[in-house]
Amino acid sequence: MSMTQQILGNHIVEKDTRKPRIPEIGEIIDVEIDITMVHEQLGGRIAPEYKKLELDYVKYPERIVYLLDHWVPSPSVPAANMHNRANQFARRYNFKHILGENKGICHTVLPEQGYIYPGMVAIGSDSHSTTYGAYNCFSTGVGATDVCIVFATGKLWFKVPESLNFSISSAFQKGVYAKDLALYILQKHGTEEFIYRSLEYTGTGLKNLSMESRHTVANMCAEMGGKNAIFESDKITEQWFRNNFHFTARHGTHIHPVSPEPSAEYNFIEEINLAEIRPLIAKPYSPDNVVEVNECIGTELTQGFIGSCTNGSLEDLRIAAKILKGHTIHPNNRCIVIPASTEIYLNAMKEGLIEIFLKAGCIVGPSTCGPCFGGHMGILGDEDVCISTTNRNYRGRMGSYDAEAYLASPATVAASVIHGKITSPLDYSEVL
Amino acid sequence: MEHIRGKVWTFGDKVDTDLIVPHAYLTTDDPQVQVQHAFESIYEKFYEKVTPGDIIVAGINFGAGSSREEAVYVLKEMGISIIIADSIARIFYRNLINLGILAIGIPGVSEHVKNGDILIVDTMNGIVTNTSNKKKFKFQPFSDQILTLINEGGAIPHLRKQLRKH
Ligand code: SF4
Repeated sequence: MSMTQQILGNHIVEKDTRKPRIPEIGEIIDVEIDITMVHEQLGGRIAPEYKKLELDYVKYPERIVYLLDHWVPSPSVPAANMHNRANQFARRYNFKHILGENKGICHTVLPEQGYIYPGMVAIGSDSHSTTYGAYNCFSTGVGATDVCIVFATGKLWFKVPESLNFSISSAFQKGVYAKDLALYILQKHGTEEFIYRSLEYTGTGLKNLSMESRHTVANMCAEMGGKNAIFESDKITEQWFRNNFHFTARHGTHIHPVSPEPSAEYNFIEEINLAEIRPLIAKPYSPDNVVEVNECIGTELTQGFIGSCTNGSLEDLRIAAKILKGHTIHPNNRCIVIPASTEIYLNAMKEGLIEIFLKAGCIVGPSTCGPCFGGHMGILGDEDVCISTTNRNYRGRMGSYDAEAYLASPATVAASVIHGKITSPLDYSEVL
Repeated sequence: MEHIRGKVWTFGDKVDTDLIVPHAYLTTDDPQVQVQHAFESIYEKFYEKVTPGDIIVAGINFGAGSSREEAVYVLKEMGISIIIADSIARIFYRNLINLGILAIGIPGVSEHVKNGDILIVDTMNGIVTNTSNKKKFKFQPFSDQILTLINEGGAIPHLRKQLRKH
């Protein structure tokens, strides 16, 4: 069985009782949900829909993690009102894990704060909830109605998906990162080939992919159209959980990872040799409009953005800082840096990274989604051209309908903002 | 509901949820604002042009992107009867069914349908007929589970009924 099939099978519920068994691919099953992540959507469509059920409880308040991250701190009266509606709901229904608005972006915060563990089933009211699959669990995004169903019943139906397997080998060359791997897959397979399918990552090359790197790739499963992404657990996974103080405080030092069985039926298996991947970039207006960075060299920019749940990790900030150290942002550019969580922000301060960014002329913001979705703190105007470490460059996503966004790794963004135009990270090889 | 007949509005490939309901209107507490701005970069004032019962036919990956259910809510408010697309993004598809709107993915269908065509969808036998050019397309008929949800007006009314029973 594939990893996804095993995890879903372990969580089957029949007549309100957990009854693990082997599910068929394509079978529709009810699955117990271990964690539901909700953010501003709680004050959006979730609260009014839940009201229609006229329930004075949520079934498992201890299985909900709630935080605010998209519009924090609130940039407008409607956003503040939305936050208040969400907070009222969380308090009324006695949510056990109310994290507030100062922890950071949901997909970074949940693993960091120890809510995610191997073998679990997690959902989130956000399409990038696929991210948690980096940590060897089943996780996917759902809409407001599905969240209401889980609030009321603790379970949700899923069709057991067909899976395919990316078998990773070798290691990246200098200047190439997880973002380039995600863009490589998008270039090859587009945004619709994997709709409803599960993407499983295994192989000898995983030992060269940090948890942060896997996080980036699982995050962009949303752009690949997949239902979920899942990385096989290895020594790096185990070490990561052991070193995570929040996790061990919540769950102890042991994890129960899931590996694909030899009998796993994969739709196809594709070998990916990391050493063959070059620095890549997605041009406007689709994440699969991917070419080598070399083909865009010289494109004039007005903004760079380093942050988001895709590429706002400490590892990402370290890479960007290596390149930006001792340089200044081109005068025609602004560069926004947002650590994806407050914990990352604190560590970046301790390591002196924030100082490097500020001295280079970057604007460093508090941990929020902010410019990633054109929410606030860096919305693009009509003629803006942005290079961003985020995951989507749809028309209008980061602001004006006419603005353009390119997606690339933190290294490519950092190199580019120094020159005010798209620049290869390989020009900075000596510091990487 | 065995036969759905309606006039078509066509959309291209990869119409994402940001194009359906731009994020600028997500914080509003008045959902009508979202309806008024839906698809505004594709068809200006779409909500004034569309009539209840109309059908949307789109290219690949319709509804890609964010999980915002607002993007389906506005379709329901406009009275869209069914979505037919070359392919439909996963979360969007779930959201459609959950809010009680039928949706079908038929690879290549968008090539054979024009704005204003009249389609007839036979939901029992799984056939879409374009009355304007007489072309027919087959699809896997809907499961009973899905038809129950649609008949009851979506997943929330359905769940309400279930909870009452217990
Ligand atoms: S950082 Fe961007 S992609 Fe990630 S959750 Fe926030 S808005 Fe979504």
